[in-house]
Amino acid sequence: MTVDDVWSALAEIPDPEIPTISLVDLGVIRGVVVDGAAIRIEFTPTFLGCPALEVMRDAIAEKVRALGAEPDVRVVLDDSWSTDRITPEGREKLRASGFAPPAPRAAQPLRLVELQRGGFRCPYCGAGDTKLENLFGPTPCRSVRYCNVCRQPFEQFKTI
Amino acid sequence: MSARAQRLLELADDELILGWRDSEWTGIAPSLEEDVAFSSIAQNEIGHARALYELAARDLGTTADELAFDRPPDEYRAAPLVQQRRLDWAYTIARHWLYESADEIRLAGLKDSDDAEVAGLAAKMDREEIYHRLHAQMWADRLRGDPRFEQALEELWPSAVAVIEPDLRPRLATDIGLPLPSANLAVGERGETSDEFRELWEEMTIVRRSLPGATW
Repeated sequence: MTVDDVWSALAEIPDPEIPTISLVDLGVIRGVVVDGAAIRIEFTPTFLGCPALEVMRDAIAEKVRALGAEPDVRVVLDDSWSTDRITPEGREKLRASGFAPPAPRAAQPLRLVELQRGGFRCPYCGAGDTKLENLFGPTPCRSVRYCNVCRQPFEQFKTI
Repeated sequence: MSARAQRLLELADDELILGWRDSEWTGIAPSLEEDVAFSSIAQNEIGHARALYELAARDLGTTADELAFDRPPDEYRAAPLVQQRRLDWAYTIARHWLYESADEIRLAGLKDSDDAEVAGLAAKMDREEIYHRLHAQMWADRLRGDPRFEQALEELWPSAVAVIEPDLRPRLATDIGLPLPSANLAVGERGETSDEFRELWEEMTIVRRSLPGATW
């Protein structure tokens, strides 16, 4: 079994909340090491308070067992994940599911005025004339915005 | 207990207890938006507490759940600022702004720590905390000058100062724009356990106490 086989298998694991995107698309798999019959996978959560953490960890372990190997899933709690690690394919899948993908991280700290003004595109009609409704949303990773053009509220992934 | 474990526990206890306090707004905040905001902030804070307890638990040979729920109330190290139950919006926003401002300073120090695990976790927490700070600042800007808000700030200020170590306090005073409490004024230092905290502890631990040792 090769490292590529493991990555392909992991790419089949859906995000527990937004199943159109996979854990690989999300960029939360940090490393794969094949060591004989054991496979070590380093995995980092998106948000620390994400209740899907255990579900993701168990799904990874199950997938590795299905490959006939012994899983060693390590949860890495460091600063290695940001929303910039979501792949281009992952971003497109989010948008197609009605979630506006996160804006790229800027060099300077985030400011409220930048979030309040338009420019964040509506995932439904593509218009940039949208406004911030709430910094927080139904899950830790999302804010709520409103499209002034198609008059549709939508969920905007936070940039972290 | 090592100084590192002690520090992690202080931070974890602050985040856990504040998370519980924030969650007291779930369903009853002044607007639906704030209901969502405080519930989401609570979830983040409790997530931070879990990660911090896990790190401390490894040092102490225990588990995060045991640290979070199986200690007697006197062993918690949460700052008095987060122990207070405040079902008043002006006090809630004052506490939110003061805590997030103090926490920003504390996290900045931890991010520069030589301890790579602590520095990495602090940096990850800080990515999320920036949204708490934006939210707190938005409300503070809106309420500044309102007599009730100013009164809440004045009353909570001494216990806000006590959230961080003495050498970091002058920076907090500059950020908030209030003078440091004079040396002869009692500051609500860490380690004091209030009756309000004991009530919270009773509620927070009741399920685990009902079936000691159960696996969930």
